[in-house]
Amino acid sequence: MAEALLEVRQLSRRFAAVDALKDVNFSVDAGEVHALIGPNGAGKTTFIHHVSGALQPDSGSVHFAGRDVTSLAMHSRVAAGMARSYQITNVFLGLSALDNVALAVQGRQDAGTSFRFWKPVRREAALFEEARDYLAQVGLEHRVDTVAGNLAHGEQRALELAMALATQPKMLLLDEPMAGTGPEESARMVELIEHLARHVTILLVEHDMAAVFRLADRISVLVNGQLICTGEPEAVRANPEVRRAYLGDHL
Amino acid sequence: MAFYRPAAYQKPVAIALVIGLLALPTALTGLGQEFYIGFATRVLIFALAASSLNLLLGFGGMFSLGHAAFFGVGAYTAAICQQAGINEALIAFPLAMAFAGIFALAVGAISLRTRGVYFIMITLAFTQMAYYLAVSARSWGGDDGLPLVGRMTLAGISLADDTYFYFAAFFGLTVAMLFFSRLADARFGRVIQAIRENETRMEALGYPVFRYRLICFALGGALAGLAGALLANLTGLASPNLLLWTQSGTLLVMVIIGGVGYLYGGAVGALILLCLEEVLVGFTPHWHIALGLILLGVVLFAPKGVAALFGKKHG
Amino acid sequence: MTQLFLEQALNGLQFGLMLFLLAAGLTLVFGIMDCINLAHGSLYMVGAYFVAAATQAADSFWIGLGAGVAGAAVLGLLLELSLFRQLYKRDHLSQVLATFALILIANEAVRVIWGAQPVMLNPPDALAGPVEIGDFFYPAYRLVIIAFGLAVAGLLYLLVAKSRVGMWVRAGASNREMTEALGINVRALFTAVFVFGTALCALAGGLLGPLLAVQVGMGESVLILAFVVIIIGGIGSIRGALVGSLIVGSVDTLGRALLPTLLRALLPADAASTLGPALASILIYLLMAGILFFKPQGLFPARA
Repeated sequence: MAEALLEVRQLSRRFAAVDALKDVNFSVDAGEVHALIGPNGAGKTTFIHHVSGALQPDSGSVHFAGRDVTSLAMHSRVAAGMARSYQITNVFLGLSALDNVALAVQGRQDAGTSFRFWKPVRREAALFEEARDYLAQVGLEHRVDTVAGNLAHGEQRALELAMALATQPKMLLLDEPMAGTGPEESARMVELIEHLARHVTILLVEHDMAAVFRLADRISVLVNGQLICTGEPEAVRANPEVRRAYLGDHL
Repeated sequence: MAFYRPAAYQKPVAIALVIGLLALPTALTGLGQEFYIGFATRVLIFALAASSLNLLLGFGGMFSLGHAAFFGVGAYTAAICQQAGINEALIAFPLAMAFAGIFALAVGAISLRTRGVYFIMITLAFTQMAYYLAVSARSWGGDDGLPLVGRMTLAGISLADDTYFYFAAFFGLTVAMLFFSRLADARFGRVIQAIRENETRMEALGYPVFRYRLICFALGGALAGLAGALLANLTGLASPNLLLWTQSGTLLVMVIIGGVGYLYGGAVGALILLCLEEVLVGFTPHWHIALGLILLGVVLFAPKGVAALFGKKHG
Repeated sequence: MTQLFLEQALNGLQFGLMLFLLAAGLTLVFGIMDCINLAHGSLYMVGAYFVAAATQAADSFWIGLGAGVAGAAVLGLLLELSLFRQLYKRDHLSQVLATFALILIANEAVRVIWGAQPVMLNPPDALAGPVEIGDFFYPAYRLVIIAFGLAVAGLLYLLVAKSRVGMWVRAGASNREMTEALGINVRALFTAVFVFGTALCALAGGLLGPLLAVQVGMGESVLILAFVVIIIGGIGSIRGALVGSLIVGSVDTLGRALLPTLLRALLPADAASTLGPALASILIYLLMAGILFFKPQGLFPARA
């Protein structure tokens, strides 16, 4: 079995008197597509925030690429190779697609240590060359100079992916990449993720069960802040506890 | 938002401005209006101070009401340098920038952990702290401030002559504006502008947002320190009043009048406000009432500042 | 030494309670309306002038105090209706610019009307002397201020913690949208809070008038102290404002009175005499920085 790239141990977090997450043990192996599913309010978003570093757990730890990253800030986790996309499209709407990705490329290159004050960015041809490559990888090569705010919704989601890729992640953390996309766009997004999965490990949080069962190597199910099962898609589909949690929906 | 990008006409306008400002003392002398050389110097110095605030506010999105502190630290550093026998501006001014920048680092390290109204109040409180420190420091003149016995020398040339001093201030402003315009268009400038728009996204792209903000804050502080050192030389006094928070307010008013986030917003605002003062004072000793009413008018009717009336916003 | 300490502790309490009157209104305006009001100090100053003028006209401090505070409340009402109402939805930049403009106008207007010289305001004759507490004497007027401050603080606590309006106010401070969704007339609530805050700070100005000089610019330094109180206590929290006020009031007062003596015992005389006053004057700011370092949201954050 492949080595775990991401390992979450005994993670717990309470908000007020509610257990948002309780003793969650979870791992993503290098090279796999691991989907996290669960009914609304199960704590998926909270879990993602703890993995990405936006929130700190009350107890438990997060290990990534062989080191304990529990106390690392979000930007340090990104530098360690963990990139994320957002549930609600989160790109710089006033900037061109190219500028958006160039920011991501620059973030990786500078890694927070280099500060360049003098040279106009426009003259850094290599930076934009690389940004174009990432846009091509998500099929946006013809939309390079379009202002992000003018892109279609599906295109904005693809742009997010390009930005995440530009950080050259070991693992992509995709938070509902299909959210709000139409059937045609969804199909394209599934293809895109399938394509990306050949190069990078993916942790996928998604409601679209067709997409999940098509993409995932393994699936974990989170219900009421607790992980009730992890396994291959068929095993998860057959699990009675999962069926109960979903009351027969979707599955 | 789009990133700041120098407009096509920016270079010719800048060159014309430089030539015009270089010729100004000669022109004023020719017209027998030497008095206005001192006034012009004041405008240049405040243009520098307001621009340094604009770097924080307009580009970095940091709404500080503590800029007077850095301005004042610069002025006091100059006066203390002279007291200690350092009369060369090439040494004293960089020291003023260094101390103002270090003080800004310390203030920023605490206040940049907060946002919004909190940040405004905290920067304000630190300014007041610096003010009380200056007032209670008897060896630095306490309430009366620390006078300079005369202007410093720049590379050995005395700045006692108003025209020479004008050129020194002009040189300082030009270098600072050049740096400012390059920075805004370089990698660093893009990062701080993007942080202004969406800091969480930048954090998720791997940018250490706090560090970028802090460096921007300290750079602005250092430039304000240079302006303070120049002003102490102009007026011959490092006064605790420079550290009063109302001074921060004045600088802020300049930036807002001139246009937040426009490269020349601070400079335009300084020019407008100081000219306004000059004119209004001629009419009434109670010109603050008129100024206050004008500011209220700006807030209610021209919320984007005067520079916004002239062109598209880049920043 | 104990007498000095006791006296200074009472002074600190009295100063803290007056700060609370200022900070209470301000923290609600910040917390509920998310509006930064730099002119709060000017309302305090104008309140003090109103009280002084009314006292002179009526020849009675208490009538003057009532009339002055009422006058300031009316002014606050007019300001809210004409200006602040428009500012709530604007950005902080506009709020700061507009209220800074108000400071300029207020200071100059006061100078025009009452002149640049400080105006004298005398406490009522009956309270002018000291009273004996145990074995030391303390000015009667200061005791009355303390009583006033305690009464207002208690009243405010009851109002905010127990009454229906207080519930709306607390709800507004922690979640504005929710308050609006509940169908509360937010506009009227905002006006009421603003006017109430103005009356409180005018009351502080009037009460402090006999102790400090009533003069132009008196509002600005005290405004910043009120800010420090709010920063320490947490925006939008009345409890935070009370605790913050008492901390700032007593630390500032005791620091100024005792720190130089303390330093003289620890340091060489000349170092102590330089450092003492300087350290005392920035003590509360250092305290604020320290608290912020550990609790960036203040001691009692209203928003979770």
